Amino acid sequence: MATEAHAAEGATGYIVHHLTPFSVGEGFWTLHLDTLFFSAFLGGLFIWFFKTAADKATTGVPGLMQNFAEMLIEFVDTQVKDSFHGHSTLIAPLALTIFCWVFLWNFMDLFPVDIFSTVGSLMGLEYLRVVPSTDLNATFAMSISVFCLIIFYSIKIKGPWGFAKELLFQPFGPWLLPFNLLLKLVEEIAKPISLALRLFGNLYAGELIFILIGLLPWYIQPALSFPWAVFHILIITLQAFIFMVLTIVYLSMAHEDH
Amino acid sequence: MSINATLIGQMITFTLLVWFTMKYIWPPLIESLELRKKKIAEGLAAAERGQEQIHLAEKKAKSLLIQAKEESAGIITLAQKRANELVEESKDVAKKEGERLLLAAKAQIEQEIQQTKESLRKEISALALSAAEQILGAEIDKNKHKEILTKVSKQL
Repeated sequence: MATEAHAAEGATGYIVHHLTPFSVGEGFWTLHLDTLFFSAFLGGLFIWFFKTAADKATTGVPGLMQNFAEMLIEFVDTQVKDSFHGHSTLIAPLALTIFCWVFLWNFMDLFPVDIFSTVGSLMGLEYLRVVPSTDLNATFAMSISVFCLIIFYSIKIKGPWGFAKELLFQPFGPWLLPFNLLLKLVEEIAKPISLALRLFGNLYAGELIFILIGLLPWYIQPALSFPWAVFHILIITLQAFIFMVLTIVYLSMAHEDH
Repeated sequence: MSINATLIGQMITFTLLVWFTMKYIWPPLIESLELRKKKIAEGLAAAERGQEQIHLAEKKAKSLLIQAKEESAGIITLAQKRANELVEESKDVAKKEGERLLLAAKAQIEQEIQQTKESLRKEISALALSAAEQILGAEIDKNKHKEILTKVSKQL
């Protein structure tokens, strides 16, 4: 049906339409309102769920909600304890937030591609892109925040001089100082970029395939969109998990003193 | 697709979410998990202690039972002994009583014999007198022969 609605612009128009965010502002000061709204909404959902579970938390027999929350907490806690051997009140909650939030972002991908844009157009919104992880701003915001934490903890644990020494003298010793610095800088900067682009790329590609399937005649669509959606359930969980685990690993590396 | 101010907004949202999770979500949930872990461990330990106590109580009950059995056996033996004694005693008493009764009866019989003898004697003397009176008739004066009669009756 969407195919006919956008027949005038053709397939390219349909795809572009689905991948264009609803934005206000010009140049750098453009705001993707759909990304901001949906990610905040999903974040609120996450907070609401866990806050309710935490408020009702009992040491006795847990209810269904608390059980689920505790399952996630234990899962994240195990991951953190596996790779991080220090004491930190930040890393575990951070990992939990990342995992749940990214998962919820990605989950938006499983809703049929035309539902939200149709509802949006009924509400007078010209463009609506509901999956925050298909927005580079969202993934980079998260990975840059993590990057800031990496730098912060590196300096806090090793001291400014220790961190500088690590940047300058490793891995090849003081005689190859510029080379060391270059290598280290690339290594450090690669972290946030790879984090953000991995998530973005996977979800953007996944969404694109859903859109391409949406272009096909309606009688073929289920045969393709169903297996892809099932496969996607794995991908969205995996991507959320990878983001979380890498964050834990990077932060534990920042905590290690050489 | 370009990077823009959305990035800053997302970073703010992310920071808020992490802060909230760190402050209000993670600690109570992890605490309840730890507490439950402790509670379960305590419960298991208590169960083990209970089992041990049951074991001890069983042992104690067994030893008490054995003691009670021994005591009751002793009591039974004593009671049997006492019963035997009582039987013997009552036998003795009965024997003595029987003897006493026998003696009393004998004495009574003797007494009755004496009494009978006495009364017979009196009757015979009276009979003899009357017979003699009838035989002798008026020849014998009661007053004259009173002395002889008294002598005879005394000899009877």
